[in-house]
Amino acid sequence: MSAPAFRIARSTRMHRYVLVVGVLMIGGLASFPLWAQVSFLRTMVTFFTLLALAQMWNLLGGYAGLISVGQQAYIGLGAYGLWLMADVIGLHPFIAVFLAGGLAVLVALPVAPLIFRLHGGYFAIGTWVVAEVVRLVVANIQATGGGSGKTIFSAARLPIDTRINGTYLLALFVAVGSILLVYFLLRSRLGLALTAIRDNELAAQSSGVNVFRSKLYVYLISAFGCGVIGAVVAMNLLRIQPAAAFSISWTAYAMFIVVIGGFGSIEGPIIGTVIYFTLLQSLSQYGTTYMLLLGVIAVVIATKAPRGLWGFIAKRWDLHLFPVRRRLVLEGPPKPEGPAEAGGSEPLAEAS
Amino acid sequence: MDWVNVAIQGILLGGLYALFATGLALVFGVMRMVNLAHGDLGILAAFVALFLFQSLHLGVMWSGLATIAIMFVVGYLLQRGLLNFTLGSDDTRPIVVTFGLSIIIQNGLIMWFSADSQGLDAGQIENISIRINDQLSIGWFPLLVFVTSIVVIALLQTFLNRTKLGRAFRATSDDREAAELMGIDNRHIYGLAMAIALAIVALAGILLAVRTTFDPTQGSFRLIFAFEAVIMGGMGSIWGTLIGAIVLGMSQTLGSQAFGSGWGLLVGHLVFLTVLAVRPSGFFAKTVTA
Amino acid sequence: MSVLELQEVDVFYGDFQALFEVSFKVEEGQTFACIGANGGGKSTLLRTVAGLQRPASGQVLFHGEPIDQHPAHDRVGMGIALVPEGRRVFPSLTVFENLQIGAYGGRKGEWNTDSVLELFPLLKPLVKRQASSLSGGEQQALAIGRALMANPQLLLLDEVSLGLAPVVIKRIYEAMVLLVGTGTTILVVEQDVQHVLTVADHVACFLEGRISLEGKPSELSSEAITAAYFGM
Repeated sequence: MSAPAFRIARSTRMHRYVLVVGVLMIGGLASFPLWAQVSFLRTMVTFFTLLALAQMWNLLGGYAGLISVGQQAYIGLGAYGLWLMADVIGLHPFIAVFLAGGLAVLVALPVAPLIFRLHGGYFAIGTWVVAEVVRLVVANIQATGGGSGKTIFSAARLPIDTRINGTYLLALFVAVGSILLVYFLLRSRLGLALTAIRDNELAAQSSGVNVFRSKLYVYLISAFGCGVIGAVVAMNLLRIQPAAAFSISWTAYAMFIVVIGGFGSIEGPIIGTVIYFTLLQSLSQYGTTYMLLLGVIAVVIATKAPRGLWGFIAKRWDLHLFPVRRRLVLEGPPKPEGPAEAGGSEPLAEAS
Repeated sequence: MDWVNVAIQGILLGGLYALFATGLALVFGVMRMVNLAHGDLGILAAFVALFLFQSLHLGVMWSGLATIAIMFVVGYLLQRGLLNFTLGSDDTRPIVVTFGLSIIIQNGLIMWFSADSQGLDAGQIENISIRINDQLSIGWFPLLVFVTSIVVIALLQTFLNRTKLGRAFRATSDDREAAELMGIDNRHIYGLAMAIALAIVALAGILLAVRTTFDPTQGSFRLIFAFEAVIMGGMGSIWGTLIGAIVLGMSQTLGSQAFGSGWGLLVGHLVFLTVLAVRPSGFFAKTVTA
Repeated sequence: MSVLELQEVDVFYGDFQALFEVSFKVEEGQTFACIGANGGGKSTLLRTVAGLQRPASGQVLFHGEPIDQHPAHDRVGMGIALVPEGRRVFPSLTVFENLQIGAYGGRKGEWNTDSVLELFPLLKPLVKRQASSLSGGEQQALAIGRALMANPQLLLLDEVSLGLAPVVIKRIYEAMVLLVGTGTTILVVEQDVQHVLTVADHVACFLEGRISLEGKPSELSSEAITAAYFGM
């Protein structure tokens, strides 16, 4: 008896609706510079950068299982990279933003093989050490402005409309880009490899997955993303300082967003950012009480509902907005034997 | 010679770092958990001691002893009440939860005590130096801290190697399920391990408070130094942790001396990264994976 | 009253059911053998009696009292000791320390380090060696000795001959005969049918989570046992 014909399916009809809605939303957001206030635009920049950061952190932590407590190294490098490319070398700031990501990758390259010697919690602290090293170097060199930092003059000198609107659109682009980046990555072979590694590293290795290389790629991509994010933040603030640029708070925000929203999904960080941001706006009294509350919520959720809000929703209603999963679809009965059954496509099994 | 003085200071500093590191290594050894709030718990202890000292007017020593006892209990409750529930096949949960804990402690301390630097005044002993010869003098207090670290580590080793409970710790570390079959309740063992770890880090925090100033955000640094000492020393070896701590201390002091005070920490980190690159399992590794 | 009784016990590993309504009794002083091919559920059975697994339904009774609510670490003190599959000696502890830890939660009785070393003289010269450096047979002897240190009323032995050379298996079973002679109740799981039937006075054959045959070895023909073993 021959094997039944099958194909691997990705999207369902719902996914097409999501796509249409998504495109409409992005179009809407892109139109904001035409009619929204400057302060609102600047707030949205913060929202977009947080969203992108959460995606990048989740890429490492939720998908590859590498919890990093040191991505701020690359955020800071991105900020200083912007200054380097735009102020020092003289490139246009909007272009320099992406090259700053490249600077982050350059640093991440030698760092990765070093810290991959560590695992689990020790890996996490290792990433923190790296962030500390970068911070100390930058804070101690006079050329980068030492402890008091630098101003991004090239951006400050742009016409104000160009700067505000441009930064906004850049941030939107980065946010959407981060989502698309993660999405396409997950659909690729690398994505499959990551899922295997996250489930059981040893088994993945014996199945032929190059664990080191997979982790390396993800680490570099995350570094690039964080670098670009750092550069956009610097554009928005116009001023960079080592203490703020390399602050552990970046990790805290990203971790909080992903814990609440949900590990290992694209939808999770989106929801998490919305929630975090709403909390941020309503508890406008920034500072220690807010951070304390963050910590408590994160601990409670990580202990009680480790899959986060989206994990709960996805499980309860079997809802997946992004078609990254692979489903086995049977097409037709096996030929030539087999009863006269109406052929059809039915999802047989889901593999994520 | 200034250099010899500086090197000795580094060795003695290593004693303090070893005290911070021992608890971290113990917890990892027994339950394979890395507590990202470890340093902050040490700083918390310093604040508790400060509170007892300032508000209840207990002397430094009594404040210290009471704090250590308090932190022992806190450790047991923390492990059994929260952290035991994060352990399992998923590596990521303990990291996230202990990081959250770190944020809670730091911000809680800032809210309660303000972000200012504090110090625990132990009076004269802080400043006494012992003169060895014309060029060499050793601070009395740093020497005390160093000797304390050696005593604590020796006690811990003896506990692990020669007592019934210590055997139970080692058995649980080897094979948790088989230990259950021996009648060992590993929830309780984990609780005790954390209790001991926090008692030791409390001692470290208190000694730090006497020796220098401290503030709520210091915990992160303490964690990083402890971690570097453990990794350099080698997994599974508590004496190795002391060596790692000494190497770190010396790197920092010699680095400060050679390049200026802002560079000391950086040199320490770079030495750590070099050891990680060249000898990733540390100087005295007993187990293979980090 | 029987030392051990299982009543309609179902055990699951996640979605997979390993035991289906298993019921039997083990009387005091008996040596009860469970045989059967891999996947038959025999190890699951022992783990359930030792407390490492919980039945989804049914009861395990020890001296007539249900013990399912008791965690594994309580059961040693109650008189149940398991020698687990794969030996599972503590690798970083010495042979002597392994024996000592066997007594950690156990009861007082005849067995102590001296008497255990008399039973397994091959361990005597190895007393200070780290358990990880022992051979398979030495580790098996150590694992049994370690369980004995708890002075159990009910000794559970899981596949003690697995992976061992015939000469070593012979020695282990010689020790087993001595054990049987002390009157300890023994529940032994084995794939090596030949050896275990020489010491057992009662046998149950497990096939895919159910008992396919039960009785005294003297009353069961080898054809009946083979049939039950392979499910023919």
